[in-house]
Amino acid sequence: METNYVLKMDNISKRYGESRVLKDVQLHVAAGEIHALMGENGAGKSTLMNVLFGMPVIHSTGGFEGTIEFAGERVDISSPQKAMELGIGMVHQEFMLIPGFTVVENIKLGREITTPTIASSVFGASLEKLDRSAMAADARKALDTIGLGIGEDQLVRGMPVGYMQFIEIAREIDKTGMKLLIFDEPTAVLTESEADRLLETMQLIASKGIAIIFITHRIDEVIRVSDSMTVLRDGSFVSRLTTKESTAAQIAELMIGRKVEKLVDDVGEDTRSIQDDDIMLRLTDFHVDMPGERVRGVDLTLRRGEILGIGGLAGQGKVGISNGILGLYPSRGTVELDGEKIDTAKLGEALKKRIAFVSEDRRGVGLLLEESIQENIAFTSMQIQNRFLKNYGPVKLMDKAGIRAHAQEMIEKLDIRCTGPDQYVGRLSGGNQQKVCLARALTMNPALLIVSEPTRGIDIGAKKLVLELLGKMNREQGMTIIMISSELNELRSLCDRIAIVSDGKLTGIFAPDASDAEYGMAMSGMKKGGETQ
Amino acid sequence: MTKEKFKKAIDVIGLPRLIVFCFFIAIIITAYVNGINVPSFFSSTIKYWGMWCVLVLAMIPTIKCGIGPNFGISLGIVCGILGTLLAIEFEITALVDGMVPGLGPWVAMLFAMVISAAVAWLVGIGYGKLLNLVKGSEMTVTTYIGYSVIYLMCIVWFRAPFSSGEIIWNLGGKGVRNSVSMESSFGNLLNDAFGFYIGGESGIYIPTGLILFCLLMCLVVHLYFKSKTGLAIAASGSNPTFARASGINVDKMRVKGIAMSTMLGAVGIVVYNQGFGFLQAYGAPLQMGFLCVASVLIGGATTTKATILHVIIGTFLYQGLIIFTPPVSNELLAGTDISDTMRQIIQNGVILYALAKAKGGSSHE
Repeated sequence: METNYVLKMDNISKRYGESRVLKDVQLHVAAGEIHALMGENGAGKSTLMNVLFGMPVIHSTGGFEGTIEFAGERVDISSPQKAMELGIGMVHQEFMLIPGFTVVENIKLGREITTPTIASSVFGASLEKLDRSAMAADARKALDTIGLGIGEDQLVRGMPVGYMQFIEIAREIDKTGMKLLIFDEPTAVLTESEADRLLETMQLIASKGIAIIFITHRIDEVIRVSDSMTVLRDGSFVSRLTTKESTAAQIAELMIGRKVEKLVDDVGEDTRSIQDDDIMLRLTDFHVDMPGERVRGVDLTLRRGEILGIGGLAGQGKVGISNGILGLYPSRGTVELDGEKIDTAKLGEALKKRIAFVSEDRRGVGLLLEESIQENIAFTSMQIQNRFLKNYGPVKLMDKAGIRAHAQEMIEKLDIRCTGPDQYVGRLSGGNQQKVCLARALTMNPALLIVSEPTRGIDIGAKKLVLELLGKMNREQGMTIIMISSELNELRSLCDRIAIVSDGKLTGIFAPDASDAEYGMAMSGMKKGGETQ
Repeated sequence: MTKEKFKKAIDVIGLPRLIVFCFFIAIIITAYVNGINVPSFFSSTIKYWGMWCVLVLAMIPTIKCGIGPNFGISLGIVCGILGTLLAIEFEITALVDGMVPGLGPWVAMLFAMVISAAVAWLVGIGYGKLLNLVKGSEMTVTTYIGYSVIYLMCIVWFRAPFSSGEIIWNLGGKGVRNSVSMESSFGNLLNDAFGFYIGGESGIYIPTGLILFCLLMCLVVHLYFKSKTGLAIAASGSNPTFARASGINVDKMRVKGIAMSTMLGAVGIVVYNQGFGFLQAYGAPLQMGFLCVASVLIGGATTTKATILHVIIGTFLYQGLIIFTPPVSNELLAGTDISDTMRQIIQNGVILYALAKAKGGSSHE
């Protein structure tokens, strides 16, 4: 018997300029099933959904290739309005609700039920009166469908996040003719019990014949509620699986996939001897309140002389760890360097203890774009260690000659391609900007170097150079390094151990040659053996 | 290609600066053609440039630390007025002259500057802390602070317990009179020091002392921004998150920048008053903030970037315009008072232009 697919997307390809973000992807969803769409960050999930929803970002960049069939008919979805008319709805990750409006008003926004008035007969339909009781009845029905027992005339402002998520869903199912509903990472912001309720609600909606596309990276949730799934990796279609016939390990392995490219050629001979009891940095119950990258209690130790990788998906908190240690965001728990506590509430305390930091946000945090290379390189060391200052009588001023000589040295050492130490860093390429950031960190003569996303947004050649440089500093100068990256492949090619963070917590520490399945499961919040933490 | 080059050149010079400069040249030519005494007006321009230079210089620290031009410079100005009044009240000139003849005015001026700078430093710290509470709308708040402090001080001036006959109202009693003569203290001290004429008595007068003092202040500010603290202030302004990542307390640096600006405002008004020959309290300094902001903007500064050169050029162009326009307009349009209208249009127009061009929020791009 042929399955009755409500949505068939075939051979979908999409380019943004030179880069191909989707390559011949297919996505088939049957009516009344929950279909999970899985993949790492950058696998192409969002782009595929943008194609399906007819988002302007797709059409303003040259459209896409491939065909979409919806409810058995070939369709051309040119705008989100068109998608909605067809009966495709989306529950957004960020809530699109108006806080000052009531639940009813939010649910019926743009689809209000109205009755004619005298004014409207003269000035047109925009002056018709709202039929509040009819609207309230509709909203009540939608809320009851998903079992949300809140009053429909309450204001949205001040409601718990979980409720807002359900109001979003109620709004979608209130639309008539809804055939396909997309849930984009719906459980990311919910508590465990709210997430449970949501999954039940999804099953309820599916049982009424509405197809659901469930975008997530949480394998356990997928196994619990989905009927089938599509796995994407690097913009390509990997597999369509039936959930019943798959295991968590299998799914994780498909998501990660072994990449063959070798990122690092040669970092010099490994003469290090790393002792398990020679602990350099110890984090105990470390929480960081960094918006979008919350850390919720991490215990981690760093051995002297090693390169420790911290991986995980975006938004899970790996970036928060470094920002917390540096004191850029409020944190609690303890950070000890060589047994001595670092007061993270005091800005610059970590820097004074010779922990240097290369930020993940190169242009925003890492550089003074309107200043020269030399000033960028010398700045932190001057502020923290009082270097590059010269006495002129009673006053201490910037030692321009000294800074210049040092910058020149760094430019040669790191092979920064520039017209000279005076060039503005804003004019450099991404890779060279990153080298300037590294040069500034190295100028601190650090005992511990924390690099966050060192290769983000730089081309493959520069990537290799940066990674090899980190390796050499570790091997030759014995510098201890924490490397935080979203690219697992990068971590695997350089690190001695890799810690995986999910949902603000550590889910495992692995050797670089651990299996893809182990990594995949840790990244989706499961411990070894498929148990959730 | 040449069109692009031309456009780039305009970008570098800045459109308002170009327009004002062309207008200035046109006015000078018109003045010359109409037989107006150009050298004497040039002398005035130089004199007023010196009188305003330090006040305009006060815009640099606040622009550098990320607050934008300091419309509330009146806060520093009232501190400077206070210092000058104290120097007159204590009759420092006569006191010191009694001991070392000729040194009196210098000591009095120094006294006024040091006292007012010290008060301004303290006031500036409070002002800075206030501005840290209203991040994002600093320019509006500074404007209103500038206004309110002048009127607040009107009450103080009126009731202040001065006793010097130079200061109190002619009828006696308490309070500061509308304009206090500086003649017995240090009026025209800097203007007259080492002054000379180029081209005889009817030529251009160069107030050497004034110019040297202004250049000295410019140098001090320049060097300050080459010190560790100065660089930290500038970094806090141009990229606060970068500064934080380098362990800098951005709020503290902003306070320092504002305190420094207020201090410069205090010293600036002392310089202004000595050149003017009179000290004017009450509502007189009300518009000075706008004039300072307009000057530095005409010089090519933006709300996020300013250099000493912008101050020097901008003050000269602005003062030149104000001084040359009245005689020329009187000549061309007899009986009208177009000059003040012109001044207002230029002053507020330039501020409006700069604000419209300012990219909201950060200056990362």
